[in-house]
Amino acid sequence: MKPVFIVSDNIVSPIASTANENFDLLKKGVSGIQLHHATMAPEPFYASLFNEDMDFAGSVSNPGAYTKFEQLLIASIQDALLLSGTDVTSTKTALIISSTKGNISLIESEPVNDSVKNRIALHSSARAIANHFHFKSDLVVVSHACISGLVALITGMRLLQSGRCDNAVIAGADIITQFILSGFQSFHAVSDEPCRPFDAKRNGITLGEAAATIILSVKKPDAKESILLSGGAISNDANHISGPSRTGAELHQAIEAAVQEAGIQKNAIDFISAHGTATVYNDEMESKAINLSGLQQVPVNSLKGNYGHTLGAAGLLETVACVHSLKENIILPTPGFKDPGTSQPLAVSSALQTGVYSNCLKTASGFGGCNAAIVLRKAI
Amino acid sequence: MSDTQTYITAHCCISSGEIFKNGMLLLNDKTGSDTTGFLLSAYKYFNVDYPKFYKMDNLCKLGFLSVELLLEGRRIAEEYSPETVGIVLSNANSSLDADLNYFQTVKNIPSPAQFVYTLPNIVIGEISIRHHCKGENAFFVNDRFDAGFMQFYVQDLFGRKRINACISGWVECLGEEYKAAVYLVENRPGKEALPFNIDHIHQIYEIANGEING
Repeated sequence: MKPVFIVSDNIVSPIASTANENFDLLKKGVSGIQLHHATMAPEPFYASLFNEDMDFAGSVSNPGAYTKFEQLLIASIQDALLLSGTDVTSTKTALIISSTKGNISLIESEPVNDSVKNRIALHSSARAIANHFHFKSDLVVVSHACISGLVALITGMRLLQSGRCDNAVIAGADIITQFILSGFQSFHAVSDEPCRPFDAKRNGITLGEAAATIILSVKKPDAKESILLSGGAISNDANHISGPSRTGAELHQAIEAAVQEAGIQKNAIDFISAHGTATVYNDEMESKAINLSGLQQVPVNSLKGNYGHTLGAAGLLETVACVHSLKENIILPTPGFKDPGTSQPLAVSSALQTGVYSNCLKTASGFGGCNAAIVLRKAI
Repeated sequence: MSDTQTYITAHCCISSGEIFKNGMLLLNDKTGSDTTGFLLSAYKYFNVDYPKFYKMDNLCKLGFLSVELLLEGRRIAEEYSPETVGIVLSNANSSLDADLNYFQTVKNIPSPAQFVYTLPNIVIGEISIRHHCKGENAFFVNDRFDAGFMQFYVQDLFGRKRINACISGWVECLGEEYKAAVYLVENRPGKEALPFNIDHIHQIYEIANGEING
């Protein structure tokens, strides 16, 4: 299979606006989660949100033409493009956008006429972003719940391996507004303290806002060390639309398929970046899947304690962190985790670890019973 | 990877009160009922027995019914194995129909039963539960049906030997506008199978556009 390289990346989050700054803060265990007293909810709630006066417009000459969601994506893509020098005008450079709810906030404030409905459609945002950067090629929008970011990466990998494209710019974002917060609260899924992935006292998610971008290319970057996206797979529980599998067998199935595609043995996996949302059921399911895969002794982390659950951005954002972890030979800790709290044992990373790391597994699961797994490898 | 021979072995289209299976008109409801009423009458007309149907939003009901008819007489997850049956769907307006309904409840008591439908891939989840499909699944959003990309994505999965069968197509529902054009792709030819290519996908989608009759 044709090798697919990760040639550039970026994170725009409430804690920092470049991938390098974000990674430095992750190493220090910095979290963007704070208690918010905002108009979107009657009670205070914990979340990782951008300051209201934060300006993403940057060099966009006509910021009024873009919503906050789109400005955030543009800011995230812009820096990644600068770093890679990717030719976006090539007909072989795809743009892939990942989001769960995009511009949904527009239904909160405006009368919902046909023009607003069209503005909410995710393809409208993708088109606006494509036009801003002058993309000429395939435009793909993935909306697949909390695995959207990984589905977008896997789609990009497949477009490149097939020869249909040579580069793929893959960006994901979501904005937290009343719509999303009230929904998760109605499920009693929101933690009353900053979320605690895999911990015995975990009691729900903390929501977060962010955008992240990854650029894939079939061309090996000039840097002495590069990272490959070498395998990916998606599965479905076929069990429940809002609760995870009881057995973890289907996430395990995705892990096996991704590892097999990557052409490595499971014992070569150095660390796992899990979904780790800190709901009782998700983390339990993941512990079962990781055990079914025989990976319970491999260090596993979750970054939900740093960024909260950033929905359509999460898979991309956490993959960027994996890329930097491999490059710097670091395994990040899991803020919020103290005491083991899953029925199956896990080697939860609770403090920064250093070593020599070559291969990493990233997983995600979401509503609709979906699961995804990818494998990143250091190119030798 | 595109060497694998694949076939469209069945298709089903639902739009404007009409339901076609493999190009044959099965139901023509001209009572002028709204989307909700039409989907319910179709559910009853075909004697489907699946109580969860009543809980679903209209996008899921539409996707569920179209796949129910698509797979009639088949036990796809037993014929193959559950993890090799995929579902790849697309539409233009994601779950906006359910989003608008959910947001109405936010003013009083936000409804978790409605919030769960505010993601487009939930229709994939419902179909997966019904037909025990555990394989590759993805939901894409396009301004119009992108037969070229959808054919590429599904064929690529066959080429990787990830799937032996795949439910794919377009499932769109927003207010009183709805359109489903779904097809079953398999790596075994059946009776009257069509080669799985972009032209045949377009032909099926045109049935849902009312451009081909019968």
